[in-house]
Amino acid sequence: MIEVQSISFHYQHDWVLQDISFKIERGGFVGIIGPNGSGKTTLLKILHRLLLPQKGEILFDHKPLQKMSRSEIAKKIAVVAQENYPILPFRVEEIVLMGRSPYLGRLLFEGKKDLEIAQRAMEWTEILPLRERYLDELSGGERKRVFIARALAQEPEVILLDEPTANLDIHHQLDFLDLILHLNRERGLTIVLATHDLNLASEFCDYLILLQKGRIYSLGPSERVITQENIEKVYGCKVWVDQNPLTHSPRVNFLRRKDHPDPLSKSLKSPPPLPKPDE
Amino acid sequence: MKTLTLKKVITISSLLSLLLLLVILFSITMGSVKIKPHQTITILFHSLLESGEKEREVEEMILLSLRLPRILLAGLVGAGLSMAGVIFQVLLRNPLADPYILGVSSGSAVGTILAILLGFSATSLGLPLASFIGALFTIGIVFYFGRQNGKIHPNTLLLAGVVTGSFLSAVILFLLSLSQKEELHTILFWLMGDFSFSNFLSLRIIFPYIFIGFLFLYSRSRHYNLLLLGDEGAIQMGLSVERLKVLSYLSASLITAASVSVCGLIGFVGLIVPHGVRIVLGADHRLLLPSSALLGASFLILSDTLARTLLAPVELPVGVITAAFGGPFFIYLLRRRKGVKTL
Repeated sequence: MIEVQSISFHYQHDWVLQDISFKIERGGFVGIIGPNGSGKTTLLKILHRLLLPQKGEILFDHKPLQKMSRSEIAKKIAVVAQENYPILPFRVEEIVLMGRSPYLGRLLFEGKKDLEIAQRAMEWTEILPLRERYLDELSGGERKRVFIARALAQEPEVILLDEPTANLDIHHQLDFLDLILHLNRERGLTIVLATHDLNLASEFCDYLILLQKGRIYSLGPSERVITQENIEKVYGCKVWVDQNPLTHSPRVNFLRRKDHPDPLSKSLKSPPPLPKPDE
Repeated sequence: MKTLTLKKVITISSLLSLLLLLVILFSITMGSVKIKPHQTITILFHSLLESGEKEREVEEMILLSLRLPRILLAGLVGAGLSMAGVIFQVLLRNPLADPYILGVSSGSAVGTILAILLGFSATSLGLPLASFIGALFTIGIVFYFGRQNGKIHPNTLLLAGVVTGSFLSAVILFLLSLSQKEELHTILFWLMGDFSFSNFLSLRIIFPYIFIGFLFLYSRSRHYNLLLLGDEGAIQMGLSVERLKVLSYLSASLITAASVSVCGLIGFVGLIVPHGVRIVLGADHRLLLPSSALLGASFLILSDTLARTLLAPVELPVGVITAAFGGPFFIYLLRRRKGVKTL
């Protein structure tokens, strides 16, 4: 559905992304992981043409993204960005209705159909009771749902999410990702998610892209990407990777420096002196 | 759903138009020559029905040639400055923005003062023309310096505007120091805003700017809501942000230039009317733009009526009234708002 063909991008001088190629299949749940500054957010911005890569091309259903109009892109790709929204003087349902904008063009007022779609989007994200409230009266988790509802109102084929679970507690992180997973499995939405949380990525994504300094270090299913060797190499710190005993997805465990005095030493080949976790 | 509908916009606009009509009727009866309301209405009706070939009476003269054009002009300028204020506030994402913030006012002031010093009389067409040229010139300069890599950044544009404005203020002060006493009076009144030279010609000159400007801005009013999401947010909603911004800056600047050219620098209207309306009616531009235009018109007509009647026969500059009465009322609105979201 989305084909990224050897794109490279720089802001001023240094390359932020170099020679990135991958494919996203329709209905996939893709995670983009990597350390700070590895280019995750930039890649997401390029995927919906907020930025144009200096080299390479992106095809959406075999059509170059560059040849699509802004509103055409907004009908296919919805974005839930990091929490940097100014406090908007609008109520929840007004913000959700903004998602209908690409379909309205020059029309000034939303029609009955638009109201129905917005209503359904609020039902799916369980924010109907909040519709009359202002954004800054809501909790972080509720706000995230408002922007998911707005994305759904766009009736997109793909939703791009940038650090959606940052600053949510584990309850809301899981709630939120379960909602996204539900949309992925039941509504056939393709999901692309950039995140710092390796364990959530491992648990929820079918396919991972691990970036290091603007290049793809590894990609594939989580068992192939989240390995002790990859994570230690890319993040430059010592971890212990085992399996979640219930789901068997790879699980990253953090280690204190005290448990492992020289985390950056090159002699990491020897197994860490740790007791095997039970089972 | 409590979302904004066309019906609600029409209802509120109709109510505000009715208010505007009442303000016009009230203002037209006010003045040094007392003309009773019913007499006023008969005169207005007669002038509408008959083509004015026959001799006019004194009252008719005063109403139709002096008060009516002045009131209508104040209305148009009030509407224009309020609309421009709304647009500058959303584009610059700055609640302190007003139509003069990008230096348009200083540019037109330099043009006007030069024309006055060159000996154009206050009633000639030379003044508005010079003022308009000065304003256009400033808009050009500010845009040239306010863009980075072909894109408009609110803060760069704001700085370019403020710096250009300060430079032009220096020019204004320099020109003032050169002027003679009689010229000074004309210049000062112009700088404080003055409707006393209004005629039907100036009305005809600025009407297209205000009217077409309003139609254009209103046609994009829903898109201005999206701009509150930030540039990236608006682009993600499928909006071509750069084009919208350039066109909107230019139209708001042209509206300001046209308004200022016929009546000088009337401060405060473009700042407080949009904010006042936002506090009461909310930030949705589909409602905010027409409401601001209509209320701005009423507000400036009332201010000008006060300016010419308060200390009659002495006329006050209308800018004094807009600030003296608008300021406290605005503070009242600010204090009163509870949980209402504004910019």
